[in-house]
Amino acid sequence: MNRISGKWIVLAITVIAVIIPLVVTNKYYMNILIMSGIWSIVALSLNLILGYTGQVNLAHGAFFGIGAYASALLMLKLKLGFWLALPFAAAIAGFFGFLIGLPALRTRGSYFAIGTLCFNIIVTLIVDRWEGLTEGARGLMGIPGPGPIPLPWGGEITFKTMAAQYYLVLCFLLLTIFVLRRIMQSLVGRTFRAIRGNEELAEAVGIHAMRTKILSFTVSCFFAGVGGVLYASYIGFLSPEITDYHVSFDALIYVMIGGVGTIVGPIIGTLLIVTIPETLHIAAEFRLLLYGLILIVMIIYLPRGIVGWIKELKGKRRQEVIWEKS
Amino acid sequence: MVLFFQQLVNGIMLGAAYSLVALGLTLIYGILHIPNFAHGHKYMWAAFTSLFLVVNFHTNYWVSLLIAMVVLGIVGAGVERLVYRPLRNVPHINSFIAAIGLLLALESLSLIFWGADFRRFPTLYDKPIHLLGVAITLQRLLVIAGAALFIILLQVFIKRTWLGATIEAVAQDPEGAQLVGISIDRVSSLTFGIGTALAAAAATLIAPVFLVYPTMGSMPNLKAFVVIIIGGMGSIPGAVIGGFMLGLIEALGGGYISTDYKDLFAFGALVTFLTLRPMGLFGKGVR
Repeated sequence: MNRISGKWIVLAITVIAVIIPLVVTNKYYMNILIMSGIWSIVALSLNLILGYTGQVNLAHGAFFGIGAYASALLMLKLKLGFWLALPFAAAIAGFFGFLIGLPALRTRGSYFAIGTLCFNIIVTLIVDRWEGLTEGARGLMGIPGPGPIPLPWGGEITFKTMAAQYYLVLCFLLLTIFVLRRIMQSLVGRTFRAIRGNEELAEAVGIHAMRTKILSFTVSCFFAGVGGVLYASYIGFLSPEITDYHVSFDALIYVMIGGVGTIVGPIIGTLLIVTIPETLHIAAEFRLLLYGLILIVMIIYLPRGIVGWIKELKGKRRQEVIWEKS
Repeated sequence: MVLFFQQLVNGIMLGAAYSLVALGLTLIYGILHIPNFAHGHKYMWAAFTSLFLVVNFHTNYWVSLLIAMVVLGIVGAGVERLVYRPLRNVPHINSFIAAIGLLLALESLSLIFWGADFRRFPTLYDKPIHLLGVAITLQRLLVIAGAALFIILLQVFIKRTWLGATIEAVAQDPEGAQLVGISIDRVSSLTFGIGTALAAAAATLIAPVFLVYPTMGSMPNLKAFVVIIIGGMGSIPGAVIGGFMLGLIEALGGGYISTDYKDLFAFGALVTFLTLRPMGLFGKGVR
């Protein structure tokens, strides 16, 4: 597709996304859409480190959970408002990403994947056992939603209805897409891709690999934290399961199925995986079986996901390598 | 002092189990360089297989151990053929992601077949033996003895038989091995079969000590990965020593510091190792 028609498609999709709440009034479907929006943010943020920088991070559930728990604790214990808690909580998630990145990013490939996975388990364990702070397995209840935003000409925007919640998530989704797109089009984004292609070569041309990877990881964790904050305030309840490594696996599945290393891929993957089993009412254990089998088949036959496959069909120029051979 | 010895014995038992699970994992990594992340789920399947045999067919415990090893060995070889072989020439991280798909599928299949209940594995060897104030059941001693037996058998197999020598040859130099007429495909299937059979043995030995349920494989799987990272991926002595180290760290840490955070010590040890010595104790310096 050329640049002009591409822009029109994006605009058309955005318009459809904006008018959906006017058409769909069913609460059940609205809930699915809101959840898809939140998970899309998480999948997009994972894609930054996974797809664009080539490091398989399996701790994304932890950073999502850190964002969610941080915001809930800031709101419940320090009585901060949502709009103040949001940037703080996301920054806390990003900071944890930075701290964990320092040792973990020294390793590569499977070692990095296993190291981050173990970090995720440590986080879940601490959240589960540190009852004084997190209430442990009982969970945190009564997390407030976003407060109203006063308008300069009087009146205010409230977030009481499903539609308003939907628009809130949509705004953050668009913001995430915008920021990630800008990063990927910038010189910094190119250094990320250089690392993905070949780390030694990137270092040889003067890229500081460690610093670049840490930057990508921190930004990725920051947005995972944003997703966590939105989740916490939308659901209003948190338990340690939400930091579990299965959340990391879910995010990985969304990205891999949609298309790793693309902007639309993670969103398409999330929409498909979240909405289809919900609307078809597939039982949870069969759903898991399906995800697992799809993931295996995809990685063998379509390692670039749906979007990568479509691009290939359209005969675009040879795809860049996703992961260096290690 | 009694507490110390009790924890020591518990640690050795845990360590024996971890070593046995990690042994299969490190063997597979040494040959195929695949982080077989679904290893623990085959361990879980083995526990269910032998439980099924013992409960439904009243098979002798040792016979069902052997049957579970054979069945899971075949399953392991099949998984290698269907999932990992098509991914042999792409980056290994793809195999890792495929393994995640595999573990989700295996876990949900066992949920569908057996349900989410925790089951007790009936055992004849649950009488405690008292020695110097330390109590240990016969089954726990069997875990230690069984692990030792399988470690020795594996070593003998690799060092003393032709078939074992082909495994070592492929691990050392795949191209050279092919040049002298060793089929990489056959060695891969064989290694996967043996590695999975070792996990099956471990599962059947451990199952009577703990409980049997669909997610029982996750923790041993992760711990086995911790063990082979500590020991050095692909190193057999590394897996054995790493396994016992981890078992002791956990038992003593759990006994003296905090039972609540028992699992934290294992993963903390891993993070420490990744930071200070990413290639592990016996690793070759490749990361």
